[in-house]
Amino acid sequence: MTAILTNLFDGVAYGMLLFVLACGLAVTLGLMNFVNLAHGAFAMTGGYICAVLVNQQGWPFFAALPLAFVSAAVIGIALERTLYRHLYARSHLDQVLFTIGLTFMSVAAVDYVMGSSRVFINLPAALQGQFDLFGVGIGRYRLMIIIICGLLTIALQLVLAKTRFGSRLRAAVDDPRAASGLGINVPQVFAFTFAFGCGLAGLGGALSAEILGLDPYFPLKFMIYFLIVVTVGGSSSITGPFLASLLLGIGDVAGKYYVPKMGPFVIYTMMIVILIWRPNGLFGRAAAR
Amino acid sequence: MFGRHRLSWVATLAAVAGLVAAMPARAEDTVKVGLILPMTGGQASTGKQIENAIKLYMQQKGDTVAGKKVEIIVKDDAAIPDKTKTAAQELIVNDKVNFIAGFGVTPAALAAAPLATQAKIPEVVMAAGTSIITERSPYIVRTSFTLAQSSTIIADWAVKNGIKKVATLTSDYAPGNDALNFFKQNFTAGGGEVVEEVKTPLANPDFAPFLQRMKDAKPDAIFVFVPAGQGGNFMKQYAERGLDKAGIKVIGPGDVTDDDLLNNMGDAVLGTVTAHLYSAAHPSQMNKDFVAAYKKAFGNRPGFMAVSGYDGIHLIYEALKKTGGDTDGTKLIEAMKGQKWESPRGPISIDPETRDIVQNIYIRKVEKVDGELYNVEFATFEAVKDLGKTKK
Repeated sequence: MTAILTNLFDGVAYGMLLFVLACGLAVTLGLMNFVNLAHGAFAMTGGYICAVLVNQQGWPFFAALPLAFVSAAVIGIALERTLYRHLYARSHLDQVLFTIGLTFMSVAAVDYVMGSSRVFINLPAALQGQFDLFGVGIGRYRLMIIIICGLLTIALQLVLAKTRFGSRLRAAVDDPRAASGLGINVPQVFAFTFAFGCGLAGLGGALSAEILGLDPYFPLKFMIYFLIVVTVGGSSSITGPFLASLLLGIGDVAGKYYVPKMGPFVIYTMMIVILIWRPNGLFGRAAAR
Repeated sequence: MFGRHRLSWVATLAAVAGLVAAMPARAEDTVKVGLILPMTGGQASTGKQIENAIKLYMQQKGDTVAGKKVEIIVKDDAAIPDKTKTAAQELIVNDKVNFIAGFGVTPAALAAAPLATQAKIPEVVMAAGTSIITERSPYIVRTSFTLAQSSTIIADWAVKNGIKKVATLTSDYAPGNDALNFFKQNFTAGGGEVVEEVKTPLANPDFAPFLQRMKDAKPDAIFVFVPAGQGGNFMKQYAERGLDKAGIKVIGPGDVTDDDLLNNMGDAVLGTVTAHLYSAAHPSQMNKDFVAAYKKAFGNRPGFMAVSGYDGIHLIYEALKKTGGDTDGTKLIEAMKGQKWESPRGPISIDPETRDIVQNIYIRKVEKVDGELYNVEFATFEAVKDLGKTKK
């Protein structure tokens, strides 16, 4: 029984992490209809910035996390203004070619500057180890991930559903022409959303260094996981990718625990089954634009 | 000395030399070593260590041996066997190299083997560790190690030191399977029991579920082999899950505590016992000098890959000395057989029958020395041959 609960806990933490990493991609892909394969590069940037601040500059971990978010967002907005916006109207193939190129460049650049070996972030002692809760082993770091990511998800959902910015964004996505006719500055809304998505990826990258490992190949290694989350979840809302991340996280952990020989395939099997059942993803709908 | 774009340079030189009809004399004066290494990709740290060590050796000993100037040509294969093969072909056909060397992973070393046989030139393997490699061509010689060497030794040690139940966690590819099989063979023969056996995918993001399984199996120790880069992640999650507090030790071949990464792994790794060919903390004077020189030149600690590269180039130098500068491949490989020398890792030799390395395997425990983590050697198994072949 306790083994089940421990696995469930690990799975939820893993899923939450996947969500923070991938939800920016769900936004650009689903809301803005832009295929951004370089998403992982922003996650990696955030991770490395956090690592440099904590390990070399001696910042406290919790102070470095927001900075990982901010710096990834700033880089995101700079690239959006200079490069990405020229490709919004282009075909998906152009977008894929452009962003995969950007990914390779980021891999080579980080390899050159930081070296190819894995980087770890020195964690405060309070986040290390496990404690027992009614016999269930709870990892402190994973608990922190669940708390941070859970709060983020609630905040995101509220922003999208309740605020003026949220309604503008939804309007801009549903019908950009009508939205700009109503006086909404559509490019600005998109730029802001893009930056926010990059920021989330940066935060996710910083959080995942401990669990997934951070090296220059991060964007390539985890691209497939981001894409699975978005395809399974459908890309039209935040809820879809959220539930998909949880499902995949729990499925992956449980699969590896109970059937270790089959473990790595569980996540793919789930994807195939779900996509046969619902080709647009769990909460999908036909493409917006 | 080192350049990846020798081709145009060599072509120009050849043209000029051809014009003055002095080409044969020039070509005779240089010995070319084609170094094929992963300089990019996930194995890049292996390539960099070997390249650095060779640079260091040539700085120390000079670039001339037996009247010949040694020229190194580095090619990057990113540890992809297809690229290794192309690189080896180019080196042999265009650059007319006298040796091919390096090879970060087993498939790369195997891909070049038929070319070494055809061209009749020595292939010096400086990293890859699967037993079968030297059997694939009579021109292959190895200065690194085989997984059978370290895995059987740690199994024997575990049996003698009261470890009865072991759970294994190995990466699911050729070296991982070698490590697992040789460990199991000696461990069960000594009366030990393998209670849990997990193979993790090579590109494994998260060890959590596997480690939970290990923990629930309640073994005395976990036998671990993961590729060098993943060792740190493994050790961190091992501690996070409290396996250290549950009294479960980590044992394995030394790849998991590679000197390259050891210092970043945190105190969780303290007490890990591994069997391996080299530790930067090896107490000989020669090693102290080697480590100091390497640190001074490149800013970090040499690992076992660096020492394998250092010994590899040494073997090439010694072979040339023995043939008196004759670059005939068959004579060179004969000259390499049975070579014996003192390396920073301790005394080593090349087995004349298998062309594989014979070396001491040390049992080491991770300890803190002057605030840094090191593998401190506490027992030695002398002159270990590759058991992967002798058992056949």
